[in-house]
Order: sequence, then structure tokens, then C-alpha cells
Amino acid sequence: MEKDLRYDTIREGVRAAWPICMAYFPLGMALGVLAQKAGFSPAEIGMMSILVFAGSSQFVAVSMISGGAEVLAIAVTTFMINLRHVLMSSSLSVFFKGASPAFLSLFAYGVTDESFAINIMKFRKGTWDRWNALAVNQCTNAAWVVSTIIGAYGGQFIPVGFLGIDYALSAMFISLLMLQLRGGLYVLTALISGVVSIGVSLILPGNAYVIIASLVGATMGFGFLKARQRKGLQRGAF
Amino acid sequence: MVHSDYLLIVGGMALVTYVPRWLPLFFLAQQRLPQWFVEWLDLIPVAILSALIFPDLFVRGDPRALVLLQPKSVVAVPTLLFALKTRSLGGTILVGMLLYWITTRWWT
Repeated sequence: MEKDLRYDTIREGVRAAWPICMAYFPLGMALGVLAQKAGFSPAEIGMMSILVFAGSSQFVAVSMISGGAEVLAIAVTTFMINLRHVLMSSSLSVFFKGASPAFLSLFAYGVTDESFAINIMKFRKGTWDRWNALAVNQCTNAAWVVSTIIGAYGGQFIPVGFLGIDYALSAMFISLLMLQLRGGLYVLTALISGVVSIGVSLILPGNAYVIIASLVGATMGFGFLKARQRKGLQRGAF
Repeated sequence: MVHSDYLLIVGGMALVTYVPRWLPLFFLAQQRLPQWFVEWLDLIPVAILSALIFPDLFVRGDPRALVLLQPKSVVAVPTLLFALKTRSLGGTILVGMLLYWITTRWWT
């Protein structure tokens, strides 16, 4: 009984994770190819994917390493790129009441933009538990590690842009964003955040725009919520 | 070994990546959060998703430039409508990929 439950839990997680896994393959292989050109062995890039598991910062790190950058510069850049996960972990934390410290520490390892997006949508539907969510994290992690290693062995033979796979993550985020728009307040927050994000990305280098726009968008949305509550209007009225 | 500092680099990257992921989960999950904070956090996911996707669709190049009409943004319209209509994540991804593939065959 217990065993069956666990099996079903994992299967549901894997089913939810397949779009991410599919999208990770071309990305991971591209990273593997670059890493191999920068002098990494398949084992070295695979180990980096296991220990770090953060796509965009790994791309940046590989190019910085081949450019001879200092350790400290690479660490600081990586930190800046991945700081946005603070916001994702914070908003996920609401769904992990009563989880053990060990579970939380393991789950935290797999919080990426993609797993966050899938898990938060599923949690809000109310059909998700933390083991499902962990299965999504670990499944996407496995796909990432394997794809970077394959890339390092010979990913350059895969044609670029095959079957529109480079649009998979864009389509996933569009779809998940739609599913999150549960009322006017959310639409407003999304529009503010999106426009601010474009603006900041044009001004500042790197990806600080994600954090800045998310904070501005959520805070302004929250401001509207409070203003509306003060006016005594009903929730969802605008 | 690609770089004499390989272990130091990868170890350092692992640490600075893991801590921001771990800290809020580890401490916030054990706490009773104030109501205003929960309400604010409730808006974070939609804000993050939007902050990730908008520049992806409308900004490109190096240096970055605003390009409102490009394959990614144009394909986003039917993709979005399909997502609204079907509410199917997997279906939307496949439709988006197919449309993007067709579009980029004659427009890049």
C-alpha cells in the first residue's frame, strides 16, 4: 500500500516534469558542447551540473572559465544570476508546512525557474504534495545532468532548432503564466512585472531584471490590493 | 583537469546557488508568516513568470534591443490563445514548438 502510493507519487511527478525534461535536452547538450570546447571533460561538466544545477549560470561560468576569469568573479556572478531563487523558494515555502529539515534541504537543491513554475501551479490546484514536487525536481535534475554529459560527448551533431524545440521553454512559461492569471489583480501584476522586466533588461546587464521586476510587480500589485481593500470593494472586483 | 581551480570554482558556484534556494524554504516553512507577507508572496509567482517571459519574447540581440515583432512574440499569440482555450500545458508546448518551427523556416 505504502509502496504503491510512493510509486504513484513519483509517476505523477515524472508526468508533470516531462515538458521540462524535453526542453532541457537541447539546452543541456548545447552547454555540454561549449564546455567540451572550453576544455572540460564529460565527467567535469557532469559534476558541475550535479553540484550547481543552474543552467544560465553554468553557461556564463563556462565562458568565464575559458576566458580565464578568477574564482571569486565567477562565484559572485553565479550568485547574482541565481539570487532570484530566493523569491521562488519564499513563495514555495507556504506549501511546506511541517516538512522535515532534511526534506527541505533536499528539495531546495532542485528549485529552478522551471520546476518552480510547474510545482507552484500544481500546488495551487490543490492536487499536489511535497513528494510529487520533489519528484519533479529530481527528474528535471536527472535530465539536465544526462543532457550536459551527452553534449560533452558529441552534441554538435544535433541540428540546431530541430522541430522548434528552442521554443519549448517559452511556450511552457506562456502556458503557466496563463494558468496563474486568476483575476484582475494577477493580470495587473503580470503586466507591470513584464513591462518593468523589459525596461530593466534593456538598461542593466545580466539578469537582475528578473528580481527587480518581480519585486516591483508583486509590490505594486499588493499596493493595489490594499488600496482596494481600504475602499471596501469586493475581492476580484477589478 | 580543465583549470587548476576546477573544484574551487564548482564548489563555490554550488554554494552560492544552493544557499539562496535553501534559506527561505528552510526558515519560512517552519514559521507562521504574517498575513500581509502571505498576500504579497501570493503575487510573486505570477510576477516572476511574467518577468521571465516578457524579455524572452520581446528583447533580443547583444546588446539587447526591444524587437516587438519577431518570431518568438508573434508565435506567442496563438500559443497563448491555445493555452487559454485548452488549459493543457503539454499540448500548448507542442503547439508552440510546431508554430515556432514553421514560422522560423521563413522568418528569422
